[in-house]
Amino acid sequence: MPKVHIPTPLRQYAGKQPAIEVQGSTVGEALSGLVSQHPDLRRHLYTEQGKLRAFVNIYLNDEDVRYLQKEATAVADGDNISIVPSIAGGAALSC
Amino acid sequence: MPTLTETQPATVTLNNDEILRYSRHLIMPEVGMEGQLKLKAAKVLCIGAGGLGSPLALYLGAAGIGTLGIVDFDVVDYTNLQRQIIHTTADVGRPKLDSAADKLKAMNPFLNIRTFNTRLSSDNALDLFKEFDIIADGTDNFPTRYLVNDACVLTRKPNVYGSIFRFEGQASVFATEAGPCYRCLYPEPPPPGLVPSCAEGGVLGILPGLVGIIQATEAIKLILGSGDPLIGRLLLVDALAMKFRELKLRKNPDCPACGKNPTITKLIDYQEFCGIRGEEVEAEVTTSEMQVEELKQRLDRGEDLFVLDVREPHEYQICNLGGHLIPLGDLPNRVSELDTSKEIVAHCRSGVRSAKAVNFLRQAGFKKVHNLAGGILAWADRVDPTMPKY
Repeated sequence: MPKVHIPTPLRQYAGKQPAIEVQGSTVGEALSGLVSQHPDLRRHLYTEQGKLRAFVNIYLNDEDVRYLQKEATAVADGDNISIVPSIAGGAALSC
Repeated sequence: MPTLTETQPATVTLNNDEILRYSRHLIMPEVGMEGQLKLKAAKVLCIGAGGLGSPLALYLGAAGIGTLGIVDFDVVDYTNLQRQIIHTTADVGRPKLDSAADKLKAMNPFLNIRTFNTRLSSDNALDLFKEFDIIADGTDNFPTRYLVNDACVLTRKPNVYGSIFRFEGQASVFATEAGPCYRCLYPEPPPPGLVPSCAEGGVLGILPGLVGIIQATEAIKLILGSGDPLIGRLLLVDALAMKFRELKLRKNPDCPACGKNPTITKLIDYQEFCGIRGEEVEAEVTTSEMQVEELKQRLDRGEDLFVLDVREPHEYQICNLGGHLIPLGDLPNRVSELDTSKEIVAHCRSGVRSAKAVNFLRQAGFKKVHNLAGGILAWADRVDPTMPKY
Protein backbone atom coordinates (compact mmCIF):
# COMPACT_ATOMS: atom_id res chain seq x y z
CA MET A 1 0.00 0.00 0.00
CA PRO A 2 1.21 3.53 -0.67
CA LYS A 3 2.06 5.61 2.35
CA VAL A 4 0.96 9.22 2.83
CA HIS A 5 3.32 11.42 4.86
CA ILE A 6 1.42 13.91 6.99
CA PRO A 7 3.21 17.19 7.75
CA THR A 8 3.31 18.46 11.34
CA PRO A 9 0.62 21.14 10.98
CA LEU A 10 -1.91 18.58 9.74
CA ARG A 11 -1.12 15.71 12.11
CA GLN A 12 -3.69 16.91 14.63
CA TYR A 13 -6.37 16.14 12.04
CA ALA A 14 -4.92 12.70 11.30
CA GLY A 15 -4.85 11.04 14.68
CA LYS A 16 -1.41 12.61 15.34
CA GLN A 17 0.20 10.10 12.98
CA PRO A 18 3.25 11.08 10.87
CA ALA A 19 2.42 8.64 8.07
CA ILE A 20 -0.63 6.61 7.12
CA GLU A 21 -0.95 3.66 4.75
CA VAL A 22 -3.88 3.94 2.40
CA GLN A 23 -5.57 2.01 -0.41
CA GLY A 24 -5.66 3.37 -3.91
CA SER A 25 -4.13 3.01 -7.34
CA THR A 26 -3.87 6.73 -8.07
CA VAL A 27 -2.81 9.74 -6.03
CA GLY A 28 -6.44 10.96 -6.04
CA GLU A 29 -7.76 7.63 -4.74
CA ALA A 30 -5.10 7.46 -2.07
CA LEU A 31 -5.96 10.96 -0.85
CA SER A 32 -9.70 10.32 -0.82
CA GLY A 33 -8.98 7.15 1.14
CA LEU A 34 -7.02 9.29 3.56
CA VAL A 35 -9.76 11.87 4.08
CA SER A 36 -12.41 9.19 4.52
CA GLN A 37 -10.27 7.69 7.32
CA HIS A 38 -9.70 11.19 8.75
CA PRO A 39 -12.61 13.47 7.76
CA ASP A 40 -11.16 16.47 9.64
CA LEU A 41 -8.37 16.60 7.06
CA ARG A 42 -10.76 17.21 4.19
CA ARG A 43 -11.15 20.97 4.48
CA HIS A 44 -7.40 21.38 4.76
CA LEU A 45 -6.74 19.51 1.52
CA TYR A 46 -9.80 20.20 -0.62
CA THR A 47 -11.90 23.23 -1.48
CA GLU A 48 -15.67 23.07 -1.00
CA GLN A 49 -15.87 22.26 -4.70
CA GLY A 50 -13.74 19.17 -4.05
CA LYS A 51 -10.59 20.47 -5.72
CA LEU A 52 -7.14 20.16 -4.15
CA ARG A 53 -6.24 23.48 -2.55
CA ALA A 54 -3.70 25.64 -4.36
CA PHE A 55 -1.41 26.01 -1.36
CA VAL A 56 -1.18 22.27 -0.73
CA ASN A 57 1.47 20.54 -2.74
CA ILE A 58 1.28 16.82 -3.29
CA TYR A 59 4.41 14.89 -4.10
CA LEU A 60 4.74 11.33 -5.30
CA ASN A 61 8.14 10.27 -4.01
CA ASP A 62 10.29 13.31 -4.90
CA GLU A 63 8.17 14.62 -7.79
CA ASP A 64 5.39 17.22 -7.70
CA VAL A 65 2.22 15.56 -9.06
CA ARG A 66 1.39 18.79 -10.92
CA TYR A 67 4.20 17.80 -13.27
CA LEU A 68 3.02 14.17 -13.50
CA GLN A 69 -0.62 13.30 -14.16
CA LYS A 70 -1.87 15.27 -11.14
CA GLU A 71 -4.45 13.29 -9.15
CA ALA A 72 -4.61 10.65 -11.87
CA THR A 73 -0.94 9.77 -11.31
CA ALA A 74 -0.64 6.03 -10.70
CA VAL A 75 0.75 4.87 -7.39
CA ALA A 76 2.20 1.50 -6.49
CA ASP A 77 2.94 -0.39 -3.30
CA GLY A 78 5.71 1.23 -1.36
CA ASP A 79 5.30 4.64 -3.00
CA ASN A 80 5.53 7.66 -0.75
CA ILE A 81 2.97 10.42 -1.13
CA SER A 82 3.86 13.63 0.69
CA ILE A 83 1.61 16.54 1.57
CA VAL A 84 3.81 19.63 1.62
CA PRO A 85 1.95 22.66 2.99
CA SER A 86 3.45 26.10 3.18
CA ILE A 87 4.80 26.97 6.59
CA ALA A 88 5.71 30.52 7.45
CA GLY A 89 8.04 29.73 10.27
CA GLY A 90 8.41 31.55 13.49
CA ALA A 91 7.36 30.62 16.94
CA ALA A 92 5.40 33.68 17.85
CA LEU A 93 2.40 33.15 20.08
CA SER A 94 0.38 36.07 18.88
CA CYS A 95 -2.77 34.96 20.58
CA MET B 1 28.79 29.58 -11.94
CA PRO B 2 29.36 33.29 -12.52
CA THR B 3 30.44 35.43 -9.63
CA LEU B 4 27.43 36.70 -7.74
CA THR B 5 29.01 39.60 -6.01
CA GLU B 6 28.84 43.12 -7.35
CA THR B 7 32.10 44.13 -5.74
CA GLN B 8 34.89 42.43 -7.65
CA PRO B 9 36.86 40.11 -5.35
CA ALA B 10 40.04 41.39 -7.04
CA THR B 11 39.51 44.78 -5.43
CA VAL B 12 39.52 43.48 -1.84
CA THR B 13 42.47 42.20 0.17
CA LEU B 14 43.05 40.45 3.48
CA ASN B 15 45.43 41.81 6.10
CA ASN B 16 47.61 39.48 8.18
CA ASP B 17 45.09 39.29 11.03
CA GLU B 18 42.38 38.28 8.60
CA ILE B 19 44.65 35.71 6.99
CA LEU B 20 45.25 34.13 10.39
CA ARG B 21 41.56 34.32 11.32
CA TYR B 22 40.42 32.62 8.14
CA SER B 23 43.36 30.18 7.91
CA ARG B 24 41.15 27.06 8.13
CA HIS B 25 39.33 28.32 5.07
CA LEU B 26 42.50 29.38 3.28
CA ILE B 27 44.19 26.00 3.61
CA MET B 28 41.32 24.14 1.97
CA PRO B 29 41.26 24.30 -1.82
CA GLU B 30 37.43 24.60 -1.95
CA VAL B 31 37.74 28.07 -0.42
CA GLY B 32 41.37 29.21 -0.55
CA MET B 33 42.42 32.82 -0.93
CA GLU B 34 40.22 33.22 -3.99
CA GLY B 35 37.11 32.04 -2.13
CA GLN B 36 37.87 34.05 0.98
CA LEU B 37 38.16 37.21 -1.11
CA LYS B 38 34.79 36.38 -2.69
CA LEU B 39 33.30 36.06 0.79
CA LYS B 40 34.80 39.39 1.79
CA ALA B 41 33.46 41.08 -1.33
CA ALA B 42 29.98 39.64 -0.75
CA LYS B 43 27.01 41.49 0.71
CA VAL B 44 24.33 39.36 2.36
CA LEU B 45 21.09 40.75 3.77
CA CYS B 46 19.45 38.80 6.60
CA ILE B 47 15.72 39.48 6.95
CA GLY B 48 15.13 39.16 10.68
CA ALA B 49 17.46 38.71 13.64
CA GLY B 50 15.38 36.03 15.31
CA GLY B 51 15.48 32.25 15.37
CA LEU B 52 16.77 31.73 11.83
CA GLY B 53 18.62 35.04 11.67
CA SER B 54 20.71 34.29 14.78
CA PRO B 55 22.70 31.32 13.46
CA LEU B 56 22.65 32.78 9.95
CA ALA B 57 24.27 36.04 10.97
CA LEU B 58 26.68 34.43 13.42
CA TYR B 59 28.03 31.89 10.93
CA LEU B 60 28.09 34.28 7.99
CA GLY B 61 29.94 36.78 10.16
CA ALA B 62 32.41 34.21 11.42
CA ALA B 63 33.01 32.99 7.87
CA GLY B 64 34.06 36.48 6.82
CA ILE B 65 31.15 37.75 4.71
CA GLY B 66 32.35 41.27 4.10
CA THR B 67 29.07 43.13 4.37
CA LEU B 68 26.31 41.75 6.53
CA GLY B 69 22.98 43.59 6.50
CA ILE B 70 20.22 42.88 9.01
CA VAL B 71 16.64 44.14 8.87
CA ASP B 72 14.60 43.95 12.05
CA PHE B 73 12.32 46.22 14.08
CA ASP B 74 11.68 44.03 17.10
CA VAL B 75 13.08 44.08 20.63
CA VAL B 76 14.52 41.07 22.44
CA ASP B 77 11.87 39.28 24.48
CA TYR B 78 12.56 36.84 27.31
CA THR B 79 10.78 34.08 25.37
CA ASN B 80 13.19 34.56 22.42
CA LEU B 81 16.21 33.31 24.35
CA GLN B 82 15.24 29.63 24.05
CA ARG B 83 16.36 29.71 20.40
CA GLN B 84 17.61 33.16 19.30
CA ILE B 85 21.19 32.52 20.33
CA ILE B 86 22.63 35.84 19.16
CA HIS B 87 20.81 37.53 22.08
CA THR B 88 21.51 37.13 25.80
CA THR B 89 19.52 37.62 29.00
CA ALA B 90 21.05 41.08 29.42
CA ASP B 91 19.68 42.06 25.98
CA VAL B 92 16.02 41.60 26.93
CA GLY B 93 14.24 44.83 26.04
CA ARG B 94 16.95 46.04 23.66
CA PRO B 95 16.41 46.32 19.92
CA LYS B 96 17.41 43.02 18.31
CA LEU B 97 19.50 44.95 15.80
CA ASP B 98 21.69 46.54 18.49
CA SER B 99 22.05 43.26 20.32
CA ALA B 100 22.97 41.36 17.14
CA ALA B 101 25.37 44.05 15.91
CA ASP B 102 27.24 44.02 19.26
CA LYS B 103 27.76 40.25 19.12
CA LEU B 104 28.86 40.30 15.50
CA LYS B 105 31.32 43.15 16.04
CA ALA B 106 32.76 41.41 19.09
CA MET B 107 33.11 38.19 17.13
CA ASN B 108 34.60 39.66 13.98
CA PRO B 109 35.78 43.28 13.90
CA PHE B 110 36.48 43.02 10.16
CA LEU B 111 32.80 42.86 9.27
CA ASN B 112 30.93 45.76 7.76
CA ILE B 113 27.60 45.45 9.59
CA ARG B 114 24.67 47.41 8.20
CA THR B 115 21.53 47.52 10.31
CA PHE B 116 18.11 48.60 9.09
CA ASN B 117 15.72 49.33 11.94
CA THR B 118 12.54 49.02 9.96
CA ARG B 119 9.77 46.63 9.02
CA LEU B 120 10.48 45.31 5.55
CA SER B 121 7.70 46.65 3.30
CA SER B 122 6.70 47.10 -0.30
CA ASP B 123 7.99 50.67 -0.02
CA ASN B 124 11.55 49.86 1.04
CA ALA B 125 12.30 46.30 -0.10
CA LEU B 126 13.48 46.95 -3.66
CA ASP B 127 15.88 49.76 -2.74
CA LEU B 128 17.25 47.72 0.13
CA PHE B 129 17.73 44.51 -1.86
CA LYS B 130 19.56 46.34 -4.66
CA GLU B 131 22.41 47.05 -2.26
CA PHE B 132 23.04 43.34 -1.56
CA ASP B 133 24.05 40.22 -3.48
CA ILE B 134 22.02 37.60 -1.62
CA ILE B 135 18.89 37.81 0.54
CA ALA B 136 18.49 35.32 3.40
CA ASP B 137 14.85 35.04 4.44
CA GLY B 138 14.48 34.40 8.15
CA THR B 139 11.00 35.84 8.58
CA ASP B 140 8.10 34.28 10.39
CA ASN B 141 4.97 35.20 8.45
CA PHE B 142 3.37 34.69 5.05
CA PRO B 143 3.07 38.35 3.93
CA THR B 144 6.82 38.91 4.38
CA ARG B 145 7.62 35.57 2.69
CA TYR B 146 5.80 36.67 -0.46
CA LEU B 147 7.25 40.17 -0.24
CA VAL B 148 10.81 38.82 0.02
CA ASN B 149 10.22 36.43 -2.86
CA ASP B 150 8.74 38.99 -5.21
CA ALA B 151 11.38 41.60 -4.36
CA CYS B 152 14.11 38.99 -4.99
CA VAL B 153 12.60 38.11 -8.38
CA LEU B 154 12.25 41.80 -9.34
CA THR B 155 15.80 42.68 -8.26
CA ARG B 156 17.26 39.35 -9.47
CA LYS B 157 18.73 38.45 -6.11
CA PRO B 158 18.81 34.83 -4.91
CA ASN B 159 16.49 34.13 -1.97
CA VAL B 160 18.06 31.73 0.51
CA TYR B 161 14.92 30.40 2.13
CA GLY B 162 14.32 28.68 5.45
CA SER B 163 11.09 28.07 7.31
CA ILE B 164 10.18 26.22 10.47
CA PHE B 165 7.17 24.80 12.26
CA ARG B 166 7.49 23.06 15.63
CA PHE B 167 10.10 20.43 14.79
CA GLU B 168 9.89 20.47 11.01
CA GLY B 169 11.74 22.77 8.63
CA GLN B 170 12.10 23.58 4.95
CA ALA B 171 15.04 25.08 3.10
CA SER B 172 15.71 25.98 -0.52
CA VAL B 173 17.29 28.57 -2.77
CA PHE B 174 14.71 30.51 -4.76
CA ALA B 175 14.71 33.18 -7.43
CA THR B 176 17.99 32.38 -9.13
CA GLU B 177 18.00 32.94 -12.86
CA ALA B 178 17.46 29.31 -13.81
CA GLY B 179 15.60 28.08 -10.77
CA PRO B 180 12.07 28.32 -9.38
CA CYS B 181 10.84 30.93 -6.95
CA TYR B 182 8.68 30.56 -3.83
CA ARG B 183 5.56 31.25 -5.88
CA CYS B 184 6.39 28.41 -8.28
CA LEU B 185 5.98 26.16 -5.26
CA TYR B 186 3.19 28.05 -3.47
CA PRO B 187 1.31 30.37 -5.87
CA GLU B 188 -1.05 31.41 -3.06
CA PRO B 189 -0.86 31.61 0.72
CA PRO B 190 -3.24 29.54 2.80
CA PRO B 191 -6.33 31.46 3.92
CA PRO B 192 -5.89 32.74 7.47
CA GLY B 193 -8.46 30.30 8.83
CA LEU B 194 -6.31 27.36 7.74
CA VAL B 195 -3.00 28.73 9.01
CA PRO B 196 -1.97 26.80 12.12
CA SER B 197 -3.43 28.67 15.06
CA CYS B 198 -1.92 29.59 18.38
CA ALA B 199 -3.04 26.26 19.83
CA GLU B 200 -0.39 24.78 17.55
CA GLY B 201 2.42 27.25 18.17
CA GLY B 202 5.84 26.61 19.57
CA VAL B 203 9.10 25.49 18.07
CA LEU B 204 11.85 23.17 19.17
CA GLY B 205 14.67 25.57 20.05
CA ILE B 206 17.33 23.75 18.03
CA LEU B 207 15.27 23.74 14.84
CA PRO B 208 15.93 27.32 13.70
CA GLY B 209 19.58 26.57 14.46
CA LEU B 210 19.55 23.58 12.15
CA VAL B 211 17.66 25.35 9.35
CA GLY B 212 19.47 28.70 9.75
CA ILE B 213 22.80 26.96 9.37
CA ILE B 214 21.55 25.26 6.20
CA GLN B 215 20.67 28.74 4.91
CA ALA B 216 24.13 30.06 5.86
CA THR B 217 25.71 27.09 4.08
CA GLU B 218 23.75 27.79 0.92
CA ALA B 219 24.61 31.51 0.97
CA ILE B 220 28.31 30.68 1.28
CA LYS B 221 28.12 28.12 -1.53
CA LEU B 222 26.40 30.62 -3.81
CA ILE B 223 29.15 33.15 -3.13
CA LEU B 224 31.94 30.64 -3.65
CA GLY B 225 30.20 29.25 -6.72
CA SER B 226 30.95 25.72 -5.59
CA GLY B 227 29.03 22.60 -4.67
CA ASP B 228 25.42 21.78 -5.43
CA PRO B 229 23.15 24.56 -4.25
CA LEU B 230 19.55 23.83 -3.16
CA ILE B 231 18.28 25.41 -6.39
CA GLY B 232 15.28 23.43 -7.64
CA ARG B 233 15.27 21.29 -4.52
CA LEU B 234 13.22 21.61 -1.34
CA LEU B 235 14.92 20.12 1.69
CA LEU B 236 12.52 18.91 4.38
CA VAL B 237 13.98 18.50 7.84
CA ASP B 238 12.19 16.51 10.53
CA ALA B 239 14.17 16.97 13.74
CA LEU B 240 12.17 14.43 15.75
CA ALA B 241 12.57 11.64 13.23
CA MET B 242 15.97 13.13 12.28
CA LYS B 243 15.13 12.58 8.64
CA PHE B 244 16.13 14.82 5.77
CA ARG B 245 14.05 14.40 2.64
CA GLU B 246 14.43 16.16 -0.65
CA LEU B 247 11.75 17.09 -3.19
CA LYS B 248 12.20 18.34 -6.74
CA LEU B 249 11.07 21.87 -7.46
CA ARG B 250 10.41 23.03 -10.98
CA LYS B 251 10.24 26.49 -12.39
CA ASN B 252 6.58 27.05 -13.24
CA PRO B 253 6.32 28.60 -16.71
CA ASP B 254 2.99 30.15 -15.61
CA CYS B 255 4.40 31.53 -12.36
CA PRO B 256 2.95 35.01 -11.72
CA ALA B 257 6.32 36.24 -10.44
CA CYS B 258 9.04 34.51 -12.47
CA GLY B 259 7.13 32.81 -15.31
CA LYS B 260 7.18 33.65 -19.00
CA ASN B 261 4.45 36.29 -18.70
CA PRO B 262 4.72 37.57 -15.15
CA THR B 263 1.76 39.50 -13.75
CA ILE B 264 3.67 40.72 -10.71
CA THR B 265 5.75 43.55 -12.09
CA LYS B 266 5.84 45.60 -8.90
CA LEU B 267 5.39 44.93 -5.21
CA ILE B 268 1.81 44.67 -3.94
CA ASP B 269 -0.06 44.90 -0.62
CA TYR B 270 1.02 41.62 0.97
CA GLN B 271 -1.18 41.91 4.05
CA GLU B 272 -4.18 42.06 1.79
CA PHE B 273 -2.81 39.31 -0.46
CA CYS B 274 -2.56 37.02 2.56
CA GLY B 275 -6.02 38.03 3.80
CA ILE B 276 -4.64 39.16 7.14
CA ARG B 277 -6.86 42.21 7.55
CA GLY B 278 -10.09 40.28 7.20
CA GLU B 279 -8.96 37.88 9.92
CA GLU B 280 -8.27 40.67 12.40
CA VAL B 281 -11.73 42.09 11.91
CA GLU B 282 -13.25 38.67 12.39
CA ALA B 283 -11.35 38.13 15.63
CA GLU B 284 -12.70 41.38 17.01
CA VAL B 285 -16.30 40.33 16.66
CA THR B 286 -16.76 39.03 20.16
CA THR B 287 -19.64 39.49 22.45
CA SER B 288 -19.89 39.79 26.19
CA GLU B 289 -16.44 40.11 27.61
CA MET B 290 -15.71 39.73 31.29
CA GLN B 291 -12.72 41.41 32.93
CA VAL B 292 -10.40 39.36 35.13
CA GLU B 293 -11.19 41.51 38.21
CA GLU B 294 -14.89 40.75 37.87
CA LEU B 295 -14.25 37.03 37.53
CA LYS B 296 -12.05 37.09 40.63
CA GLN B 297 -14.67 38.97 42.70
CA ARG B 298 -17.51 36.74 41.63
CA LEU B 299 -15.53 33.55 42.24
CA ASP B 300 -14.53 34.89 45.67
CA ARG B 301 -18.19 35.51 46.44
CA GLY B 302 -18.82 31.86 45.67
CA GLU B 303 -21.05 32.54 42.67
CA ASP B 304 -21.90 29.56 40.50
CA LEU B 305 -19.75 30.33 37.47
CA PHE B 306 -18.48 27.60 35.17
CA VAL B 307 -14.90 28.39 34.11
CA LEU B 308 -14.13 26.80 30.74
CA ASP B 309 -10.47 26.57 29.70
CA VAL B 310 -10.17 26.08 25.92
CA ARG B 311 -6.38 25.75 25.76
CA GLU B 312 -4.45 22.53 25.13
CA PRO B 313 -3.67 20.01 27.92
CA HIS B 314 0.06 20.83 27.84
CA GLU B 315 -0.78 24.50 28.38
CA TYR B 316 -3.02 23.59 31.32
CA GLN B 317 0.01 21.95 32.93
CA ILE B 318 1.94 25.25 32.80
CA CYS B 319 -0.70 27.16 34.74
CA ASN B 320 -4.48 27.19 35.10
CA LEU B 321 -7.43 28.78 36.85
CA GLY B 322 -8.84 25.38 37.85
CA GLY B 323 -11.31 25.54 34.96
CA HIS B 324 -12.86 22.66 33.06
CA LEU B 325 -10.52 21.87 30.16
CA ILE B 326 -11.91 21.37 26.67
CA PRO B 327 -9.45 22.39 23.92
CA LEU B 328 -11.08 24.66 21.32
CA GLY B 329 -10.68 22.01 18.61
CA ASP B 330 -12.54 19.41 20.71
CA LEU B 331 -15.39 21.73 21.69
CA PRO B 332 -17.81 20.68 18.92
CA ASN B 333 -17.51 17.02 19.96
CA ARG B 334 -17.62 17.66 23.69
CA VAL B 335 -20.24 20.37 23.93
CA SER B 336 -22.51 17.93 25.79
CA GLU B 337 -20.21 18.29 28.82
CA LEU B 338 -21.54 21.82 29.23
CA ASP B 339 -24.79 22.89 30.89
CA THR B 340 -26.74 25.53 28.95
CA SER B 341 -28.44 26.76 32.12
CA LYS B 342 -25.13 27.73 33.75
CA GLU B 343 -23.22 30.96 33.32
CA ILE B 344 -19.97 30.08 31.51
CA VAL B 345 -16.73 32.07 31.41
CA ALA B 346 -14.42 30.83 28.67
CA HIS B 347 -10.73 31.65 28.75
CA CYS B 348 -7.49 30.80 26.98
CA ARG B 349 -4.02 32.34 27.11
CA SER B 350 -4.78 35.78 25.69
CA GLY B 351 -8.47 35.71 24.76
CA VAL B 352 -8.43 34.93 21.05
CA ARG B 353 -9.25 31.23 21.13
CA SER B 354 -11.83 31.73 23.88
CA ALA B 355 -13.55 34.40 21.75
CA LYS B 356 -13.95 31.75 19.06
CA ALA B 357 -15.26 29.33 21.68
CA VAL B 358 -17.81 31.91 22.88
CA ASN B 359 -18.99 32.55 19.32
CA PHE B 360 -19.31 28.81 18.74
CA LEU B 361 -21.23 28.25 21.99
CA ARG B 362 -23.63 31.11 21.27
CA GLN B 363 -24.41 29.60 17.90
CA ALA B 364 -24.93 26.28 19.66
CA GLY B 365 -27.62 27.89 21.82
CA PHE B 366 -25.71 28.88 24.95
CA LYS B 367 -27.03 32.23 26.17
CA LYS B 368 -24.91 33.01 29.23
CA VAL B 369 -21.32 32.76 27.95
CA HIS B 370 -18.60 35.34 28.43
CA ASN B 371 -15.09 35.66 27.11
CA LEU B 372 -12.44 36.40 29.73
CA ALA B 373 -10.74 39.46 28.23
CA GLY B 374 -6.97 39.08 28.01
CA GLY B 375 -7.13 35.49 29.24
CA ILE B 376 -4.69 33.98 31.68
CA LEU B 377 -2.10 36.66 30.79
CA ALA B 378 -4.41 39.39 32.11
CA TRP B 379 -5.11 37.25 35.19
CA ALA B 380 -1.36 37.02 35.86
CA ASP B 381 -0.92 40.78 35.33
CA ARG B 382 -3.88 42.05 37.30
CA VAL B 383 -5.11 39.39 39.72
CA ASP B 384 -2.42 36.90 40.63
CA PRO B 385 1.19 38.01 40.02
CA THR B 386 2.45 34.58 41.11
CA MET B 387 0.81 33.03 38.03
CA PRO B 388 3.49 32.18 35.43
CA LYS B 389 3.16 33.72 31.97
CA TYR B 390 4.20 31.93 28.80
